[in-house]
Amino acid sequence: MSIRLAAEGSGGFHSPGPADFEFPALFGHGTFFTKPMLIIVLGSLAVAVLFYLAARRASVVPGKGQFAGESVYGFVRNSIALDAIGHEGLKYVPYLATLFSFIAVLNLSGIIPVLQFPATSRIAIPLFLAIISWGIYNAIGIKRQGLVGYFKNMMFPPGIPWPVYILLAPIELFSTFFVRPITLALRLTFNMFAGHLVLLLFVLGGEFLVFDKGGVVGILAGSVSLVGSIVLTFFEGFVQLLQAYVFTLLTALYIGGALADEH
Amino acid sequence: MNGNVNMVGYGLAAIGPGIGIGLIFAAYISGVARQPESRGMLQSIAILGFALAEALAIIGIGLAFAL
Repeated sequence: MSIRLAAEGSGGFHSPGPADFEFPALFGHGTFFTKPMLIIVLGSLAVAVLFYLAARRASVVPGKGQFAGESVYGFVRNSIALDAIGHEGLKYVPYLATLFSFIAVLNLSGIIPVLQFPATSRIAIPLFLAIISWGIYNAIGIKRQGLVGYFKNMMFPPGIPWPVYILLAPIELFSTFFVRPITLALRLTFNMFAGHLVLLLFVLGGEFLVFDKGGVVGILAGSVSLVGSIVLTFFEGFVQLLQAYVFTLLTALYIGGALADEH
Repeated sequence: MNGNVNMVGYGLAAIGPGIGIGLIFAAYISGVARQPESRGMLQSIAILGFALAEALAIIGIGLAFAL
C-alpha cells in the first residue's frame, strides 16, 4: 500500500493526496490490469460465491452459512425494500440485495489487510451503479405511468396553485433527472475517497513521525497517530457499511417514488 | 502562507452540513425522548437524512482535492 520510496530521506513529509489513488499496471507495463480492477474482480467473485454457497442445500433449519446469507438478504428485503417501497418492492429485492452486497464488499476492501484500497473510491463503479439505478427507476416510472404521464406527474405534482409550476417544474425535472444519479455516485465515491485519505494520513504521518523524525516528541506523537489509525479503521468500516446501506436505501426510495401514482 | 484556496472553500462549505446534521439528530433525539418505542422507525429516517446532508460536505472535500 505504501507509495513512499524506501530511499527517501528525511526530506520532509510526503502528504497523501489524490496521486495515491493511481495504480500501476500489475502484470507488465503494456497491460491495463491494475490493483483496483483486481479488487473489483475478486469482490464480484466473492459476492457470487458466498451467496451461492449460502443457498446450496437450503434446509428449513439453517446452518451457519445459510443463516448468514439469509440475514443479509432478509435485511435488504425487510428493512430496505418492504419499508421503502412496500409490498410491490419484493420484485426488486434481487437487484437491491446484489447492489448492497457488491457495494459493501467493494467498500470493505478498503480495510481488508492485503488489499487496503476501497475500489469504490474511483468514480467508475459508483457512476455505473448510479446510472443503472437511474435507468431502473426511470424505466419503472415510464412503464407504470406512461412516458408523458411520468414527466407530467414529476414536474407538475397536483394540488399546487399554477403560478408556482413555472418555478417548480424545471427544478423538479433537474432534481429527479440529473441531481439524483450524480449525488448517488458522488456521495459514495467521495466518502470512500475521504476515508481512505484520512487513513493514509494517519498511518503515513505516524510512520514519518516515529521513524524519520525520531526523538521523544516524534515517537510519542507518532504512536498517538498510529493508535488513532487503528480506531479510524474501525470507524471507516462502519462508514463503509453505512454508505452501502444508504445507496441501496435511496435506490429503493427512488423506485418507490416512481411506482407511486399521483397521490 | 502556503496552501490551497480549495481548502478554505471546503472549510466554508462544511458549515452548512454541520448545522444540518446537528438539527437532524437533535430532532431524532427529541423524538426518541418523547416516545422511546419509536426508536426503530425514526432511526432509518435519521440515517437517511444524515446521509443526504453529509453528501454535500463530502462532495466539498472531494472537489477540493479533485479541482
